Amino acid sequence: MEAGLFTANNIWMMVCTALVFFMHSGFAFLEIGLTRQKNTINILFKNIFIITVGLLMYYIGGFNLMYPGFADGSAGILDFAGFGIAAPENGMTPEYADGGYTWWTDFLFQGMFAATAATIVSGAVAERIKIGPFMIFTIIYVGLVYPIVGSWQWGGGFLSTLGGDDAGFYDFAGSTLVHSVGGWGALIGIYLLGARIGKFGDKGEIKAIPGHNIPMATAGVLILWLGWFGFNGGSVLSGDPELTSLVLVTTSLAAAAGGVGSLILSTILYKNLDLTMFLNGILGGLVGITAGADLMSPNEAVVIGLIAGFIIVLGVALIDRLRLDDPVGAVTVHLICGIWGTLAVGIFGAKAGGDQFLYQLAGVGAAATFCSLTAFIIFYSLKKTIGIRVSKDEEIEGLDLHEHGMDSYADFRMNQH
Amino acid sequence: MKKVEAIIRKSKFDDVKKALHEIEVNFFSYWDVTGVGNEKQGHVYRGISYSTSDIQRRYLEIVISDDFLERTVNTVLEAAYTGNVGDGKIFVSDVLEAYRIRTRENGHDGIN
Repeated sequence: MEAGLFTANNIWMMVCTALVFFMHSGFAFLEIGLTRQKNTINILFKNIFIITVGLLMYYIGGFNLMYPGFADGSAGILDFAGFGIAAPENGMTPEYADGGYTWWTDFLFQGMFAATAATIVSGAVAERIKIGPFMIFTIIYVGLVYPIVGSWQWGGGFLSTLGGDDAGFYDFAGSTLVHSVGGWGALIGIYLLGARIGKFGDKGEIKAIPGHNIPMATAGVLILWLGWFGFNGGSVLSGDPELTSLVLVTTSLAAAAGGVGSLILSTILYKNLDLTMFLNGILGGLVGITAGADLMSPNEAVVIGLIAGFIIVLGVALIDRLRLDDPVGAVTVHLICGIWGTLAVGIFGAKAGGDQFLYQLAGVGAAATFCSLTAFIIFYSLKKTIGIRVSKDEEIEGLDLHEHGMDSYADFRMNQH
Repeated sequence: MKKVEAIIRKSKFDDVKKALHEIEVNFFSYWDVTGVGNEKQGHVYRGISYSTSDIQRRYLEIVISDDFLERTVNTVLEAAYTGNVGDGKIFVSDVLEAYRIRTRENGHDGIN
């Protein structure tokens, strides 16, 4: 491959790395926007912790756990290529990844993905989780669970060869490997944590706890959409003009259709134009297309997005009815739509078919089992030892005051509740 | 001297202020408060309907000489009126002393 092409490919991948990194800003804004002012510092703190410590965990061992280089004939379940990062001899040449990127780019691009899996959990457990246990959970979940699940597919493990060398589970950019991994962690977390005080009434009725900064939530979703240009665009793993441009089209169409799907259904059901459901719908569409963005035609992308949008509205209501409290809709967006996006690869697009659908189901099942089990072990152990939930007084007065001794808007008072 | 405390709709503030200036009442303080009362505002958030009677209002505190009392109260009653539930309240109380800080005048001279 000539040097110019290799350079061009690598530049695209580095731009995508930066875009995925920027999604952390999106998550941060979305989470604080949909929660109360008194917990803003705490939520931002968790997000900053995730991107810093998460990336370092990936550097220490996560990358080599996710891409251990399974030996021929191994079960493809667990292997480790050693602590620290060390570029292989051909790492900076076109031989490394078919000329798509250098080894450094590979590490960093994947590292940015790793951190997004943990940040999904932070939104769901917001406003009542203790910061210490959350940090411990993040270290273990990003450090071990995420890379292991990733190794089963992207690392060449057993999911990628379910049907032999050329056929198996398919997850283009991580509907299962990233989003559902985070989603299972979020679900187990909110189950063990319990709902925020005031979310469910004495007779079990559902109460609204409105977010304190909807403009921030909106900015967050648009930033996440922007980041997805890199999340999906970079998962092409080169700057291939046809594939990258197709992927950007399917991604944005699914996002738009997801938003409209949620808009339509929530307006019909609730008789109001709810901006937050509109925003969640966009994210649902994005997660939904993530497993197969390179396989779908534009029409199929719109259908997948639209259905994801409907799922969002129904899913948010379902989570409420199950008496689970998810302040930002993380479980609905990332877990439920993550599963939908994964299964959609067997229903629509270039790989549609019965066999593929079963492979997709296998992948969903493998992630479901491993992630819910590990998340449960981590959260339950923490719950039984140091406790995972703040005290009632702390929760009512706000985590900013009690966990941090800080005021998120020190000279700007808004209505507090 | 008398103190007139008026809790009015925020949307009526400009009308009330203008009307007060027209009757030569030029000094008062105001701040935003949240009140509970008979008016209810319907809200929906992510599919959950909730009605809140915690509503934003504006609170005016006007200290005037006794001879201004009747016209001040009537002006506020007129200007703040819409006819819908939630127009607000006016309270009148006595003020013992009042001073102008700059000149140390007190009583009637302090507030005119």
